[in-house]
Amino acid sequence: MAMFRTAALAAAIALVPGAAALAWEPTKPVEFVVTSGPGGGTDTFARVVQSIATKNKLINQPIIVVNKGGGSGAEGFVHGKAGKGDPHRVVFGTNNAYLLPYVAKLAFKPADFTPVASLALDEFLIWVNGSAPFDDAKAYLDAVKAKPSGFKMAGSQSKDTDQTLTAMIEQATGAKWIYVPFQGGGVAATQLAGGHVDSNTNNPNENIGQWKAGQVKPLCVFSPVRLAKSEAIFNGKGWGDIPTCKEAGLPLEAFQMPRTVWLPAEVPADSVKFYEDVLEKVSQTDEWKEFIARTAQTPRFMKGKEFTDFVARDEAANRKVFETEGWVVK
Amino acid sequence: MDNFASLMHGFSVALTFHHVALMMGGVLLGILVGVLPGLGAPNGVSLLLPLTFSMDPVSAIILLTSLYWGALFGGSTTSIIFNIPGEPSSVATTFDGHPMAKQGRATEALSLAFLSAGFGALAGVLLITALSGWVAKFALRFSSPEFFAVYFITFASFIGLGGSSAFKSIVAMGVGFTLASIGMDSVSGNIRLTYEFDVLLGGVSFLIAVIGLFGIGELLLTMEDGLRFDGVAAKVRLGDVLRTAATLPRYWVALLRSSAIGIWMGITPGGPTAASFMSYAMAKRSSRNPEKFGKGEPEGVISPETADHAAGSAAMLPMLALGIPGSATAAVMMGGLMIWGLNPGPMLFTERPDFVWGLIASMYLGNVVAVVVVLATVPLFASILRIPFSIIGPLIVVICFIGAYTVAGKPFDIWLALAFGVVGYAFKKLDYPIAPMILAMVIGDKAEDAFRQSMIFSQGSLSIFWSNSLVTSLMALGLLLLLLHPLQLAWRGARRLTAAHATRG
Repeated sequence: MAMFRTAALAAAIALVPGAAALAWEPTKPVEFVVTSGPGGGTDTFARVVQSIATKNKLINQPIIVVNKGGGSGAEGFVHGKAGKGDPHRVVFGTNNAYLLPYVAKLAFKPADFTPVASLALDEFLIWVNGSAPFDDAKAYLDAVKAKPSGFKMAGSQSKDTDQTLTAMIEQATGAKWIYVPFQGGGVAATQLAGGHVDSNTNNPNENIGQWKAGQVKPLCVFSPVRLAKSEAIFNGKGWGDIPTCKEAGLPLEAFQMPRTVWLPAEVPADSVKFYEDVLEKVSQTDEWKEFIARTAQTPRFMKGKEFTDFVARDEAANRKVFETEGWVVK
Repeated sequence: MDNFASLMHGFSVALTFHHVALMMGGVLLGILVGVLPGLGAPNGVSLLLPLTFSMDPVSAIILLTSLYWGALFGGSTTSIIFNIPGEPSSVATTFDGHPMAKQGRATEALSLAFLSAGFGALAGVLLITALSGWVAKFALRFSSPEFFAVYFITFASFIGLGGSSAFKSIVAMGVGFTLASIGMDSVSGNIRLTYEFDVLLGGVSFLIAVIGLFGIGELLLTMEDGLRFDGVAAKVRLGDVLRTAATLPRYWVALLRSSAIGIWMGITPGGPTAASFMSYAMAKRSSRNPEKFGKGEPEGVISPETADHAAGSAAMLPMLALGIPGSATAAVMMGGLMIWGLNPGPMLFTERPDFVWGLIASMYLGNVVAVVVVLATVPLFASILRIPFSIIGPLIVVICFIGAYTVAGKPFDIWLALAFGVVGYAFKKLDYPIAPMILAMVIGDKAEDAFRQSMIFSQGSLSIFWSNSLVTSLMALGLLLLLLHPLQLAWRGARRLTAAHATRG
C-alpha cells in the first residue's frame, strides 16, 4: 500500500507542469532511421553522428541504426511517420524528406514530420573525364550546346538531386544532355572515369577517389562561395581552387543538398530541443569537423526558424524545376 | 614482385596476436550469423560496424572481413543439413548437398563444401595479389551494355538446365522477374506493383523468398513424407573429414573452372550468388553424367561453393580499387571505410598500403583460420541430424520465421515467408524449378537496369550490344549458351533417327 502511494505521488509530481524541470531524455534505445541503403551518403551521415554521440556520451541510451532505403528512401519516411508521437525514432535524410512526395505517389507528406536540424550542405560539381579537352565549365557547356543530346550526363537515380540539377542547368543555359540514371554516385563516378559518359554532377566525396588518380577533373562547384581550402588532391589543386559555377559564367547561383534530421509528428517540444542540442554539440566536435573537411561538405548548422525557412526556399526552387519538367505526380 | 614485397609487409601487419584473435572472433561470429537464415552477412557486418568506430581501420576491416568469411561458410552448413540456405549465395549448394546429407553423407558433403570454399577464396585472393592493377583497369571498361551481357550469360546458362522442361524454367524466371520489379524503379523513378501497400515499397527481399521456398517448403514436404529426416544412422567421426579431404584433388577440373567463374563474377560484378548458380550450371553441363546432379553428386557441392567464395573475395577488389561494391556485404564495408576516414578508389593502394595489404594478407590468413574452425564444427553439425524430427522440425520453423523478421524488421515479411513456403511446396509438387526464380529475383532488377541504361545510351538501338569487342564477345558467349541446349537436343534426335534407319536397313 505504501509503495502504491509513493508511486502515485511520483506520478502526480511528474504530471505537474513546471515541476518537471528536468528536460526530456530518451527512456529507451533510440532508433536512427536511415533513408538510404548501407554505404550511401545518408548512411555515412547517420553513422558518423551515431559514432560521435556514442563516444561523447551525448545520448544516454543505445543508438540503433536501421537502413530503410527502399523506394529512394520512401520506406524510411513511411517507417518514421508510423512512429507518430514517439521521440525515439529519429529520421535521417536529405532534401528528399520534402521533395520525394512531389515526384512519386507516396504515403507520407512533409507534415508527417517535425523538423529538427540540418548539419551540413553537400556540394555538387560538374565533373568531366580526366582526359577531356575541356578545362573550364564554359568550354564544356559551349560544346554541349553545339551538339544537343550529343553528350551524356551520369547521375544517381531518377528525378533525384542529380537529374534536378541537370534540368536546372538545361533550363538556365539551353544545353541538352542525355541523362543516364545509375544506382548510385559510386557507379556514376566509375562510368565517368571509364569514359562511358561525358560528365556527372557528383558530390565531392563520390568522386574524390577518381580525382586523386586524375581519372576525372572538376570544372566548377554550384556553391555561392568557393569550397574550403584543402591539401592538394591532384596536380597541385585542392577543393578551394575549383571556381564556383557563377565565376565560370553559368547563370546558376547555387545548388546544395542539406543533411537533415527529423522526428515524427506530434512529439513533445522538449524532445525536439533535446535532439537540437545533441546535434549542435555533435556539429561542434573535432570528429565532425574532420568528417566535413574530408568529404568537402559545407558545415552549416541550422535549427528552428532558420531551418524551416531554408526548407521553404529549397522546396520552392525545386518545385519550379519539377513543374517545368512535368515530374509532379497528382 | 612489387606486389609480393607489399604482401609480405601486409603479413607483418596481419600476423599480430591481436589481429589473429580478431580473425578467430570474427569467423566464429560469422558462422553463427551465416547459420541463422535471414540474418546474413550484410546484416551481421552492419550490426558490428558501430563497434569498429573506435578501432584502427586495419583491425576493423580484419574483423569485418573475417565475419564475412565465417558467414559464407556458415551459410553452406544449413544448406546441406536442412536444405535451408543460410545465405542466398549458398542456395545452389542445397541442390546436391542436401541429397548427400539425406543419404547419410553429411560429413562428406560438409567437408567438401568447406575445403572447396577455402580453395575458391584463396584463388580469389591470389588474383587480387597478383593482378590488382590490371583488373582495376579492366573493370573500368565495363558499362551498362557489358553488365547486361554478363547477366545475360548467367541467365542463358540456366535455360534447359533443370530436369524439368525449358518452358518451366522460363515460367519460374518470369515469376522471379515480376517479384524483382516490385518497389522503386531507379531508371524511371516510378513506383511499381506496390498497389499502394507501404510494406512493398522496399520490394520483396530474395532472402525472404529463400527462407520460405526452401525452409518452409522443405518442411511441408518432409511432413508429407512421414515426419523424419533420413541419414539418422550416419556415423560421424573426425577421421571422415580427413578422408574426404584426401579425395579433393580428384576434382581439380571442377575446382579450377569454378574458381575462374567465381573470380570473373566477383570482378564484373555479378556477385557471389550469381557466381554459385552459374558455376553449378556449368558443372552440370560439362559433366559426363549430368543425370547424377541433384541426387547427391559431390561435384554439385564443390562447384557452387568454390565459385561463391572466389567471388566473395574477388569482390573486395572493385570495392577497394573502384569504390564499387561487388556484393551487398561489400557495400556495407565500403560505408565503414568512409567512416574510418578512407576513400576507396584507385589511389587507396598507393596512399594506404598498410591498410590494403594488411587486408589482403588477412584474407589469406582469415580463410585458413575459417577452414580450420569450420572443419572442426563438422561433427557437431552433422550430428544434429540425429535429433528426432519432432524436436528439430518445430525449431526450424521458429528459426525460419525469426530469420524472416530479422531481414528488415518487418512483421509483414513473416507472412510473406509463409506464402513463399506454400509456393515452394506447389513448385515441387508441379515439378517447377525454384532456382531460376531465385536467380531472377537476385539479378533480375540489375539486369533490367543495365538493359534500360544501355537503351538510354544508344537512344533505343539494340546495336549497342555489338558495339565493341568486349560486349560482342560476351553477348556471343551468352547466345551460344542459350542455343547449346536446343542444338544438343536436335543433334541427339538426328542421331537417333539415323540409328533407327540403320537398324531397319
